[in-house]
Amino acid sequence: MLTLGLILFPAIAATLILLIKGERAKQVALAAALVELALALSAFVQFKPDATSQFGFDYAWIGALGIRFSAGIDGISVLLVLLTGLLVPLIVLSTFNRQYERPSTFYALMLFMQAALIGVFTARDGFLFYLFFEAALIPIYFLAAMWGGANRIPVTFKFFVYTIFGSLFMLVALVYLYYQTPPVAGIAHSSAIVDFYKLKLTPNAQNWVFWAFFIAFAIKMPVFPFHTWQPDTYVESPTPATMLLAGIMLKMGVYGLIRFILPIVPLGVEAWGQTVIILSVIGIVYGSIIAIRQRDMKRLIAYSSFSHVGLMAAGVFSQTETGMQGALIQMLAHGINVVGMFFVADIIFSRTNTNQLDQLGGITRATPKLTVYFMIMLLGSVALPLTNGFIGEFLLLHGVFTYNHYLGLAAGFTIIFGAVYMLRMFQKSMFGPTSSRTATFADLTMSESLVFVPLVIMVFWMGIYPKTFMDITEPAVVNLMKYIGTTAVSMK
Amino acid sequence: MLPIVLLSVFGIVLLFLGFLKSKAILLPATLLFLLVAGAANFLDWNKTYLYFGDMLRTDNLTMVFTAIILGSAFLVVALSGSFIEDEEAQPAEYYGLIMFALVGAVMMVGFQNLIMLFVGVEILSVAMYVLTGSDKRNLRSNEAALKYFLMGAFTTGIMLFGMALLYGATGSFTLAGIAAYAVNPQTGLSLLLYVGLLMLLIGLLFKVSAAPFHFWTPDVYDGAPTVFTAFMSTVVKTAGFAALFRLLSISFVGVYEFWWVIMAVITAITLVIGNVTAVYQNSFKRMMAYSSISHAGYLLIGLASLGAQTKQAIVFYSLAYSVATISAFGVLLLVAQQRGTQTISREGATGESFDSFNGLARQNPLLGFAMAVSMLSLAGIPLTAGFWGKFYMFSTAVERGQIWLLVVAVLMSAIGIYYYFRVIIAMYFRDGVIEPIRVAPFYQYVLLAATILTIGLGIAPGLLQGLF
Repeated sequence: MLTLGLILFPAIAATLILLIKGERAKQVALAAALVELALALSAFVQFKPDATSQFGFDYAWIGALGIRFSAGIDGISVLLVLLTGLLVPLIVLSTFNRQYERPSTFYALMLFMQAALIGVFTARDGFLFYLFFEAALIPIYFLAAMWGGANRIPVTFKFFVYTIFGSLFMLVALVYLYYQTPPVAGIAHSSAIVDFYKLKLTPNAQNWVFWAFFIAFAIKMPVFPFHTWQPDTYVESPTPATMLLAGIMLKMGVYGLIRFILPIVPLGVEAWGQTVIILSVIGIVYGSIIAIRQRDMKRLIAYSSFSHVGLMAAGVFSQTETGMQGALIQMLAHGINVVGMFFVADIIFSRTNTNQLDQLGGITRATPKLTVYFMIMLLGSVALPLTNGFIGEFLLLHGVFTYNHYLGLAAGFTIIFGAVYMLRMFQKSMFGPTSSRTATFADLTMSESLVFVPLVIMVFWMGIYPKTFMDITEPAVVNLMKYIGTTAVSMK
Repeated sequence: MLPIVLLSVFGIVLLFLGFLKSKAILLPATLLFLLVAGAANFLDWNKTYLYFGDMLRTDNLTMVFTAIILGSAFLVVALSGSFIEDEEAQPAEYYGLIMFALVGAVMMVGFQNLIMLFVGVEILSVAMYVLTGSDKRNLRSNEAALKYFLMGAFTTGIMLFGMALLYGATGSFTLAGIAAYAVNPQTGLSLLLYVGLLMLLIGLLFKVSAAPFHFWTPDVYDGAPTVFTAFMSTVVKTAGFAALFRLLSISFVGVYEFWWVIMAVITAITLVIGNVTAVYQNSFKRMMAYSSISHAGYLLIGLASLGAQTKQAIVFYSLAYSVATISAFGVLLLVAQQRGTQTISREGATGESFDSFNGLARQNPLLGFAMAVSMLSLAGIPLTAGFWGKFYMFSTAVERGQIWLLVVAVLMSAIGIYYYFRVIIAMYFRDGVIEPIRVAPFYQYVLLAATILTIGLGIAPGLLQGLF
């Protein structure tokens, strides 16, 4: 029942916020997001680390078709629920010094988005998953296209059409899987994800189902070469929307890989996994190299995010326990770091009206707080030991390395390149002589610091004592790996 | 049965009500009549009757289709208030003709005999020819009526010829009689059966504007007054598909192997032509015409892969499509009336272009929302009824294993998003005229009801299940 609350509460709160006039919407949205955080934390704390699905609910939805309204939290989704619960209040808080036109719509859309995201991460029915997967797109599209930059209309439209196009293929695959399940009591089949796991598809079917799913998720993450919508969308969207996109939404893709592709089409993974890892590694290197050349902070972070997510995809497809664990940990870590980085870019933009690195510089002189927080978030992003990024990337690289030494080596460039572009960004923006734009740079306000504090705590907590998070996911990962091992063998 | 009698009587009553000085009573009277007919429709719920020497059948499926048709008509009439305010308008005749058209539509839904089908099609069509040309001063309306009439009359001829050939082959006009003959294709059926079936299909496919019989659609939809365009694209389409479904699922299941390829090819062509051409339109109304062609394509998927799910799929899809289309046309009606001028350019009337929707959502949040929801539904985005419509259609195709048809449909849905979202982008993200549009309260309630229905069916599509 806790899951039902997690999904419904933000949706109801959002509907009520729509009725509020004026700036009060902001405070109400923050309060609602904090309540949701409390719910997510209680789920996290009460979660029993085993392979079962907990706090669930299950109602008949489209009875005659055997489609059920069913969701719950298991070891794979628990960290993502925590991430969503944690980031949304911070993103709301990060807007406290900004003015957005029609605030009630703005914050309502953010909370609708949150409801859909929680739905995606907890759904236990294939069609329910699809529904939330698409439903998450509508609010973010409106957020980006209504409050975005000058070029927002064509850019966000490309993003929208691109992602919808991908998920239509997933819909075809889901319908196909649905009809493969044995009929229960007469004509109805089942669309429960666990029933999809039991299917024994022919190798041929597995291949196309693999691609149908993979294209949907690859566009969402994005994996090379499906990434062309991403940098422009991140840059043109208002920063809170970018944070939602990069911090949480791209995890829908990685989550989908683990939830659907690996267990349902193991033979497809066997046939195409290497191709995907190679694509991911190309994306890692390619994204890093482009990031090094960027002059715009937001665009640089966008490419770094593209590069990082490539490593997650590679880790998942390495089909090792460490790779999978790494992906789960890194999803949480990356969400925290990328939101911190985008917030830094937003703070700099709000004070100087630019994100161009060559027009910045010397900010550090008057801003001890910003410098420290920026540095910590940056170290997390470049995977320095004792920060959260290190744990995730180390596990992922270990996984890819076990799969194939050379690919692991190539993927390892992400850490070196990451240090290069991140430190370059820090140096260009924070050090050096002040420019006319940065001469009167004011340090962080109270509400801005408040956003960073939880992020910094998470960076170190995950970096120093990752056991809290690893223990909770481990049984589910072990179970999944065992399952993949046995089904793949039994299908041959 | 009861709806047919009632609607005929009400149609005549409406004509007489036209003698009254005040026209104000006509709209509420028509709505009341439709409600009464709709209620009477359900009196025979869960019972099956045959009427007129077994030529007409009432069962739950008939009643559900009739309810969709009467409901669509109700919404259209409810949104027609502003149209009949015009001095030259003849509301009594319009509403009377709508009643008669509905009689034809109900016959097409429940026919058991090809003669009854023919009579139904003709009653519906003749009324529609007149209504299309009802804007007498508008040249395009006249052109549309003439085109529709000439091409419609021609295909009616083909259809009648097809029926005659079927009679020649089977010796029967009844659905059951034809089915009994066509049940065993191995024994060698008369060639006349195949030719007759094709000609009959051409006639009906013309009515639902499937490609390559769609050429009349854009001009007629564009030229006809918007109220009647909405009527045409919902009631006529629903009735046409109900008839096609009844015909194919009862009489011609035996020769499925013969016609499914033809239907599948027509489906694919319809989907491609409808969606691709819609992308290039600058007039919203013309876009809706092509959109209606493309939706005929989605509905045809269910027929081309006729199976256990088809009935469900067609009922749900026609309902979802009708509700969304009517509320889109309802918003267009207001926008065109208050933002457009009467001058007509090559692109169509000025108030009907995409640009006239600019900034609509800021000044009229309700109109914007209603339009956005109906566009999302037509585009098949989840949480709207249109999504489940597509879902059911895709399911039928998967069930029959017609994956290639499915791939075409999926690609075309992606294209569809492009043109439906042009309206949403114009309404929400572009700046336009500052002056808000005046909306009568009743009009608002109707739009709101249609919007709620679309979202409600999107969240709980199971509501319709088990009804028929």
